Amino acid sequence: MDFSSGKLEKPVNGIKKHKNGHTNGLNGKNGKSHKLTNWKDDFHESFEETPLVAAMLTYLSYFIMVVVGYIRENLRYYGLETDRTINEPKREGFVPLYQSWESFYTRNMYRRVRDCWNRPLGSIAGAFIDVLVRHSDDHNWNLELTGKKIRAMNLGSYNYLGFSENEGPCADSAIDKAIEAGVGVCSTRQELGYAAVHKELDDITAQFLGVEAAVTFPMGFATNSMNLPCLMQKGCLLLSDELNHASLVLGSRLTGSTIRVFKHNNMEDLEKKLKTAIIEGQPRTHRPWKKILIVVEGVYSMEGSIIKLPEILRLKKKYKAYVYLDEAHSIGALGPHGRGVTDYFGIDPKEVDIMMGTFTKSFGAAGGYIGGSKKMINYLKTYSHSAVYSSVMSPPVAQQVITTMNIIMGKNGNNDGLRRIRQLAWNTRYFRRRLQELGFIVYGNKDSPVVPILIYYPAKVVAFGRKCLAEGLGIVLVGFPATPIIESRARLCLSAAHTKEMLDKALETLDKFGTELKMKYSKKSRKSEFREDDSNLMLH
Amino acid sequence: MSSTMAILPATWDMYDLVQSFLRTPTYHLVVEVCLVLLIIKLIFSKSYKPEKMVLSEKEKEELIAEWTPEPLVPDIPEDHPVIQLMEKNIVTGPPGKYINIRQKSCINMATMNFLGMVANKTIEDEAVRCIKKYGVGSCGPRGFYGTMDVHLDLESKLATFMDCEEAIIYSYGFATISSAIPAYSKRGDVIFCDEGVSFAIQKGLVASRSEIQFFKHNDMEDLERLLQEQAVKDKKNPKKAKVTRRFIVVEGLYLNYGDICPLPKIVELKWKYKVRIFLEESFSFGVLGEAGKGVTEYFGIEVDQIDLITASLENAISSIGGFCVGKKYVIDHQRLSGLGYCFSASQPPLLAAAAAQALMLMQEDPGMMIKLRENCLKLHEGLTSINGIKVVGLPHSPVKHLRLVEPSDDRDLDNQTLQLVADRAIENKVACTVARYLEKEEKFLPPPSIRIAVNCQLESTELDTVISVLAKSFNEVFAL
Repeated sequence: MDFSSGKLEKPVNGIKKHKNGHTNGLNGKNGKSHKLTNWKDDFHESFEETPLVAAMLTYLSYFIMVVVGYIRENLRYYGLETDRTINEPKREGFVPLYQSWESFYTRNMYRRVRDCWNRPLGSIAGAFIDVLVRHSDDHNWNLELTGKKIRAMNLGSYNYLGFSENEGPCADSAIDKAIEAGVGVCSTRQELGYAAVHKELDDITAQFLGVEAAVTFPMGFATNSMNLPCLMQKGCLLLSDELNHASLVLGSRLTGSTIRVFKHNNMEDLEKKLKTAIIEGQPRTHRPWKKILIVVEGVYSMEGSIIKLPEILRLKKKYKAYVYLDEAHSIGALGPHGRGVTDYFGIDPKEVDIMMGTFTKSFGAAGGYIGGSKKMINYLKTYSHSAVYSSVMSPPVAQQVITTMNIIMGKNGNNDGLRRIRQLAWNTRYFRRRLQELGFIVYGNKDSPVVPILIYYPAKVVAFGRKCLAEGLGIVLVGFPATPIIESRARLCLSAAHTKEMLDKALETLDKFGTELKMKYSKKSRKSEFREDDSNLMLH
Repeated sequence: MSSTMAILPATWDMYDLVQSFLRTPTYHLVVEVCLVLLIIKLIFSKSYKPEKMVLSEKEKEELIAEWTPEPLVPDIPEDHPVIQLMEKNIVTGPPGKYINIRQKSCINMATMNFLGMVANKTIEDEAVRCIKKYGVGSCGPRGFYGTMDVHLDLESKLATFMDCEEAIIYSYGFATISSAIPAYSKRGDVIFCDEGVSFAIQKGLVASRSEIQFFKHNDMEDLERLLQEQAVKDKKNPKKAKVTRRFIVVEGLYLNYGDICPLPKIVELKWKYKVRIFLEESFSFGVLGEAGKGVTEYFGIEVDQIDLITASLENAISSIGGFCVGKKYVIDHQRLSGLGYCFSASQPPLLAAAAAQALMLMQEDPGMMIKLRENCLKLHEGLTSINGIKVVGLPHSPVKHLRLVEPSDDRDLDNQTLQLVADRAIENKVACTVARYLEKEEKFLPPPSIRIAVNCQLESTELDTVISVLAKSFNEVFAL
């Protein structure tokens, strides 16, 4: 992007406008004035069908594992095999803490392969990580650290803009803040815990999102579970997407409202449920609902899909519902200016009633925020469970967010922020295109930085994970119960810290093991419908 | 009939049947045939369904157009006292022994910095070292490359310190207990809980969907009565009793009352009625006991008797986070079922390292706990001499509530009075705060109070200043 050519004006709030009023680089189209109705032209997602043979054989694998599990359980019960489970001692009169069948899956399936999860790191979770090697003598009942390390490329951590750095302006400012304001705070927001750094963070978050005001919390999960009950009560209706995150589900349950689930990203189903809800009213009494809230996420991390936000807003206006948008994975990662899903579609953020997000993924810190109208934020500041009963953010963590937001908005004087956003967008398109050309089944939207590769067979999933780590590639495997039982997958998270060379090497490894393990199930054409060089993306 | 019978061979199996059939009276046959026809008719007739009310499209459109929702949040004035107060009391600098608010350096009696770890240099150095190695955030949940060696280190240190088999770390104190309770107690189980528990525990109880029985605060007779009632119910239905888990949830040191739970009696009840104990030690960890191990050390009870001990790292340890300790079979379950553990990013490494350093400092210098106790006793003595207020809390508790002896009927008025006192105290360089509650959400709302938190670093002269300033502020406000 050539700033010296004189065609671009000075950035306002980080967003540059051409003299003819157009904003550059929106959604991959250069210079076109963006109308909401056009979003479908550039919205491309794919969720290929599970191949029949794979589905059947996966069910068969699970069946065999269950049968073997039962045999082993019986062997252990009768003492023919040494029982290495950590059992609770049998105490007379006490009801057992766990039912024996509850942990059947954990003992007999998860335990066999649990070295693929909870891998400890000995370094920063940046572009490269030092995975500490663990070893087990007794088939994964006990894992011990050996002291050895494997240097691997990190395709597992949520580091979308590459701000997980231990040197540079962010780390320096966090260190300065730790020295200036301490690490712990020991108090709640309303009881002398509210420090100058928190006020600054609230203000800059509001500015970054483009909303009137914002309030921040130290844990993303807790942001959902403590604030949903504040906004919704008994007599309200929550329409929640099928694949919403556990924090949203917990928060919804704690509200006491009626919850209805609609099919994932399916706007017809949502409209049908909205219509029925308003016409029929509350169950049994048929009184009208007090409020209706649609709870959705920006990017779904297990599917890699992007929410169809313009449709949701159309439905919201038609049926007078409120929208709660959880941008945990999309803030910073989507949109030409990194402002999330609203930026991606070119929608005014003030149209979404409640914009929630986390600082863990794109900002390299920890915590969550809620942004919206000043009235709502004042209400949350006064009545949120977190503001009254739990601690505030640690100052160095808050400072990290402030510095990263300044960089993304371009306030630090250079275009580092824009470079990262462009790099991530380019990486996403390139990686997804190459994976499709290699023949893997990849779910999700072409612009989503979360890339799930479907593997189906439990044995293949684990083999893939272990082989990749041995070759220096760290990936995340997800299986039941986070996904449907036959759709186990490897989930890769791209980052602006990855260069083209790193991605090429990763693709080579994936290709090698994909062919070896026969994971290339895709029946689609190997030529993808999108390319990474049809948007005005900057490479360096 | 006899002619019919003559045709059939006498040895046929059905001979007897046909004979009895021909012998029955006619009316009997008629009734039987009618019954059979009725049964056939009922089987094949359509079942009755009341007519479903079908609305026309136009009516549906009208209903949709007519419906107006309530506003998303109720109206709240711009100058709500709580918001104004927060803006007025913005803190600059570390909130250590002295806290910097309203351009004054006040003695800090508001934040839970019991062991003075907030501005400690060694903890800061540890945190800085961690930022230089790990950056700030951990960028992932524990299951997906979010586990760093500092987390494993802190877990093993905590387990060793508390003489337990295993520990598990959460990234937020509130989420710790509210994720731990639902991991074990589900729908159909029974929880006996003290009325004075904090809000985090109340949320955990709601999330668990179990049957909750509250007993009066620290009243062991009431608890025994409830346990006996439950035992009677169990006797009536032994099958159900075999699968109903029972738990007692108590706090070591209650935030809302400043007193300690009678743990020996609770342990006795545990063995008598076969219930499990969950002990929440957020305010007693680092405070009670010779080494700061909490209420089990205070009473000399073996830690094995308690099924699960949870605590927050946000008070004595001055970090952000929480932990649970206990036996391996108990804690391991939370690694896959604790919602706040599995589905949330792990604690930032700098906070884990700060907590580990604070724990080490605690172990190196047990004199901190002794000094804290002395300060609490001295302060308690001084505060009880103030007219018009009663000091709620044990003399050696670091959390004390100052409540009005003659409260008015209006809670808001009392809160305003106490806020005036707190403001005056801040003007005179002693920072204290009115205890905040969500009045509509609390199950058992405590009365309004000013909450004092004692710091072990306070000198005798500073304590005297605090007492005199508080006495003066109260007297001035009462005189109004």
